[in-house]
Amino acid sequence: MMFNLPLPGGTTGHAVGVGIAAIVLGPWASLLAISLALTIQALFFGDGGITTLGANCFNMAIAGSFAAWGIYRLVSLGSVAESKRRVVAAALAGYVAINVSALLAAIEFGIQPMLFHDATGVPLYAPYSLGVAIPAMMTGHLTIAGVAEAVMSAGLFSYLRRNEPALVGISARAPLERAPRRLWGALAVVLLLTPLGILASGAAWGEWAAKDFTSTAGRAQITAASGNAAAPVVAPSGLARLANLWTAPLPEYAPHFVKSAAFGYMLSAMFGVGLILAVVWVAGLWMKGAAESKR
Amino acid sequence: MNVISKTVRGFSGALARTLISEQSAHAKGLLQALDPRVKLVGLLALVTTAALARRLPVMMALFALGVALALASRLSLWALAKRVWLVAFAFTAMIAFPALFLTPGIAVYRIGGLAITAQGARSALLLVARVEATVTLSTLLVLTTPWMHLLKALRTLMVPVEVIALLAMTHRYVVLLTETANAMFESRQSRMVGRLNGHEQRRLMVNTGGVLMSKTMEMGNEVFFAMQARGFRGEVRLLTDFRMRAWDYVAMMGFAAVVVVAAVAGR
Repeated sequence: MMFNLPLPGGTTGHAVGVGIAAIVLGPWASLLAISLALTIQALFFGDGGITTLGANCFNMAIAGSFAAWGIYRLVSLGSVAESKRRVVAAALAGYVAINVSALLAAIEFGIQPMLFHDATGVPLYAPYSLGVAIPAMMTGHLTIAGVAEAVMSAGLFSYLRRNEPALVGISARAPLERAPRRLWGALAVVLLLTPLGILASGAAWGEWAAKDFTSTAGRAQITAASGNAAAPVVAPSGLARLANLWTAPLPEYAPHFVKSAAFGYMLSAMFGVGLILAVVWVAGLWMKGAAESKR
Repeated sequence: MNVISKTVRGFSGALARTLISEQSAHAKGLLQALDPRVKLVGLLALVTTAALARRLPVMMALFALGVALALASRLSLWALAKRVWLVAFAFTAMIAFPALFLTPGIAVYRIGGLAITAQGARSALLLVARVEATVTLSTLLVLTTPWMHLLKALRTLMVPVEVIALLAMTHRYVVLLTETANAMFESRQSRMVGRLNGHEQRRLMVNTGGVLMSKTMEMGNEVFFAMQARGFRGEVRLLTDFRMRAWDYVAMMGFAAVVVVAAVAGR
């Protein structure tokens, strides 16, 4: 972090190096490496903080490493080791990683005045609300720091690919065929969690129906969910006009032929997932056919 | 000043600070004489108390205690002011300044169209005082404890031995690699005539970073194989053994008393 990188336009920026670390070492080792760097910085160089070490490690080492690795893998998917796309992927990995870290830090700052203030409203820790903290953090990171990280990641990636191909080859050889199995696992977990939706009460913010604006309960819900701003007396005209354009086959996730609401909800979830899988499968078959006929 | 000399200066500064803290850690003073475990737990408890305190006088008292401990440990107040207080103040004040105006509350002073609120002023003061107090106390720990002792003392906080070993090795080689990087930039600068444009500067920085990175990986592998060849199994041993003396128990009580008083008064 002592490397000053001159940027186009005359400014200089530091790079954290999380992008290149995740690409070369993989996300888990990068997590460890960046955490160690932050700890040494805090404990030994007296830079950074001891009480903020956990937050720093979470933002930069954990979230940053996985964001960088994910973006690099996603953008470089299917590219050959020598392609330009990989350099772009490295740049994007650095850029996104540092901005994800900055956004997390901004959110951590921004929620502090809500959580910690005294009786007169004096914020005890970070004084800015989310509306101030996020723009303040992100302006610098989306421009200067993000560019520094992108330049550093892409530059180091091309240097290492030219001179130490084995170092960046590790991630190039990563077993892609194992990914779908994990994806299925994750999908199964998400599916098993569907009953959680039953616990939520009321409609999601902004997902109101035209009739909610006329019923007392519906209006109370909208008002409560909108920071006590009263709901308009009549449904917005666009909403009223478009409301009857399409009637869902399973309205409100409750098919009328099923008596139990909870069972109906889960049945709708299963039906929805099945429908998506079927569409993706058919699209996959079609794409495969198109690719084969090209050859 | 060009980017190379700026970087060289940064590296040299870091190395100089490392040397200074090693020297001050071996000086004869109050905190240096304490058992590192007592010092680590005591100062961390004080840092946590300062971080949790909700009252300005308590934070200021903890800061004053930090200054007193620094004096008793023969640390140069001038160096502390330059390296810690001013840096922390400049950084925190910059962040805290807009809070004077942005925090909603009762206006106490008006400059043009902007109003400083009582809540904003208190919030900014709290932020600056909290940062100064915690930074001073944690700097005391770093400046009065040899790194290896600090790591060994971390074991008492149940930090896993693997983490300690990693930290010890990282520290051992970070100094070496900083020296290497410094030498690389210095040698480059001594051979350079004229100015580099932005693109060339970036290329130079990035390539040096790349060389350093592959050197690091190579060294890491060599050290790992060398350790394995000598039978390293993940256990770390140090020559020094910590022993609690009467004075350490007194200090422990002192830390505990201050923490309790400050925690109660700071609520």
